[in-house]
Amino acid sequence: MSDLLRLATAGSVDDGKSTLVGRLLYDTKSVLADTLDAVHRASADRGLTTPDLSLLVDGLRSEREQGITIDVAYRYFATPRRSFVLADTPGHVQYTRNTVTGASTAQLGVLLVDARKGVVEQTRRHAAVLALLGVPRLVLAVNKIDLVDYDQVTFSRIAKEFTAHATALGFPEDAVLEIPVSALAGDNVVERSANTPWYSGPTLLEHLETVPVEPDPHDAPFRFPVQYVIRPRTPEHPDYRGYAGQVASGTVRVGDEIAVLPGGLRSTVERIDTADGPLAEAVAGQSVTLLLAHELDISRGDLIATSANPPRVTDEFDATVCWLSDKPLRPGARVLVKHGTRTVQAIVTQLRTRFDEQRLASTENPESLRLNEIGQVAVRTAEPVPVDDYTRDRRTGAFLVIDTADGGTLAAGLVGAPLPELDGAADDTDSHALVSPGP
Amino acid sequence: MTTALDTLDRLESEAIHIFREVAGEFDRPVILFSGGKDSTLLVHLAIKAFWPAPVPFPLLHVDTGHNFDEVIEFRDRVVARHGLRLEVARVQDYLDDGRLTERPDGTRNPLQTVPLLDAITEHRFDAVFGGGRRDEERARAKERIFSLRNAFGQWEPRRQRPELWNLYNGRHRAGEHVRVFPLSNWTELDVWRYIARERIELPSIYYAHRREVYLRDGMWLAEGPWGGPREGEALVEKTVRYRTVGDGSCTGAVESDAADIEAVIAEVSASRLTERGATRADDRLSEAAMEDRKREGYF
Repeated sequence: MSDLLRLATAGSVDDGKSTLVGRLLYDTKSVLADTLDAVHRASADRGLTTPDLSLLVDGLRSEREQGITIDVAYRYFATPRRSFVLADTPGHVQYTRNTVTGASTAQLGVLLVDARKGVVEQTRRHAAVLALLGVPRLVLAVNKIDLVDYDQVTFSRIAKEFTAHATALGFPEDAVLEIPVSALAGDNVVERSANTPWYSGPTLLEHLETVPVEPDPHDAPFRFPVQYVIRPRTPEHPDYRGYAGQVASGTVRVGDEIAVLPGGLRSTVERIDTADGPLAEAVAGQSVTLLLAHELDISRGDLIATSANPPRVTDEFDATVCWLSDKPLRPGARVLVKHGTRTVQAIVTQLRTRFDEQRLASTENPESLRLNEIGQVAVRTAEPVPVDDYTRDRRTGAFLVIDTADGGTLAAGLVGAPLPELDGAADDTDSHALVSPGP
Repeated sequence: MTTALDTLDRLESEAIHIFREVAGEFDRPVILFSGGKDSTLLVHLAIKAFWPAPVPFPLLHVDTGHNFDEVIEFRDRVVARHGLRLEVARVQDYLDDGRLTERPDGTRNPLQTVPLLDAITEHRFDAVFGGGRRDEERARAKERIFSLRNAFGQWEPRRQRPELWNLYNGRHRAGEHVRVFPLSNWTELDVWRYIARERIELPSIYYAHRREVYLRDGMWLAEGPWGGPREGEALVEKTVRYRTVGDGSCTGAVESDAADIEAVIAEVSASRLTERGATRADDRLSEAAMEDRKREGYF
């Protein structure tokens, strides 16, 4: 079992997310004494008898002054069973920007709802973004269960509605779990609650400790973006020429036949090197150096892939973009696309659809995409790039859209249409619902 | 049977990926290296990232002049052993010619910023590796792995970019640079466990030793060129070790008999479990405050 889980939380402050994250840190004893002391003192100053755990994660004064409380924050905690990297994404403002950032590397998403309010629009939007970004698993923490008197009927209704929504977005039913919690009182976060005898499932932490982590796609086709060419030219290594990179997906073994893309040259893997010695194989996530049987002209930006199942090499592709900049996107925009280790010039030739975050619907042929909007576009690149669909490969299906002028990151790009509903297939109306509006 | 990666494997692989991205996209990177444990770890990872080729960039030490002899000796030994190139920016030079003035409290950590920025300008460094970790404090929890700085070395929140997947955007304008934190996702315990696994040598002062110290503001300070005990402060011999290594005038030792790496790991692990201990809390509080000051001044 993997001993590291990367998760992203999403939800608004009102749902008690800071308190929930604070509770996880507190109850797993991941908080050092000085921090805890400050929280106890601040809580006492406010006349509270128990510590306000949200103070553990809420922004510092200086952060608020700098206006960055809307940013993703990373938290670290560990239990004897697993280590956790938690991307804490604030809900209200700029939800797409934050959720997309947190979800891009997450293996599990934790959404929060207030048991008194149930599944709301924002819950559906967050779930849609997590689905779009390919997060494999979801947890819905039905918080403030104490405020509905630990009522099983209320919980079951919310759970049923959420499962229906998540499965409609493409999550398998066994990848979704709802848990009744009270972050404030601690029910079912780390400690099992006596107040919910009708709930037989795991606590939130038990679930995080035991949930199967989607294995890195070892069985996926091998992909290896070349980062750097290592040529020591030293007396000990006069002719050494190795291609340094991190395996993006799949597995590579000595003797494997590979193709170098976009050029298409072929060779075989002669050696897999690390500073600790050569390996027989390397798997997704490993940083290694490949030596090939033939002397080829390979440089940073090339992609080494299995020759049996290479990505398609194209200068035109459809993509979904999550727009993260104040400058709107309009058809014909000239941008840079960073895909793997290659950055190429590109034109967004067409805006096909826009996912309207307020109406939870898609609009055909929009004039622009603005901050936090998600849409389907057509991209043409100045030189061919080797791409996979995002649904097949979260690494080689992803790209950044970069501003040619100031170098800022404009958008997160996903090759293809990870959410079929975003495809804009409706032809009889100018918009269609992405998700059901709920009861 | 497929290869299984554990947490340390993944953190190492991520850091190596970051080093190689910077080497591939920047013209003049540099590693900040003080001889402390985090920067020693950075150098170890950089060597692994480019092996068997030499590390393709130099090291920079911003020297406050208030050093522990063991650390400077260690610094020079690491540089020599691995054939690295070390640049040193000296706070003392700035004090000697009046560009900086000694502070009333004698602490030189805050004085490091100007020599650092001057060195960055003089050498035209465009990427500066630092050992900062997000678990160090709440404010750092939102720091990027690639942190864009303007021509004055300042961090502008509005210009920080969302970091998606492992696609880092290092574009910057002339005169600007990017601070890069390959250890962002490591915790203090990860650092120590990795140091143990890789058998990385550290300056001896990280391990328990006998030393003459005096108590000030809840910290055990050592006598040195920067000064010694004031009236009412007595020198006593204690068994101590240092958890961080910085300017000698304000780096406190902790009482500890953790004499080897395994004992240090046990101590660091336990300190996460005894957080409610009232007496130790004061130690931790001042220690953290000290480290904050170090961070503000240095990076």
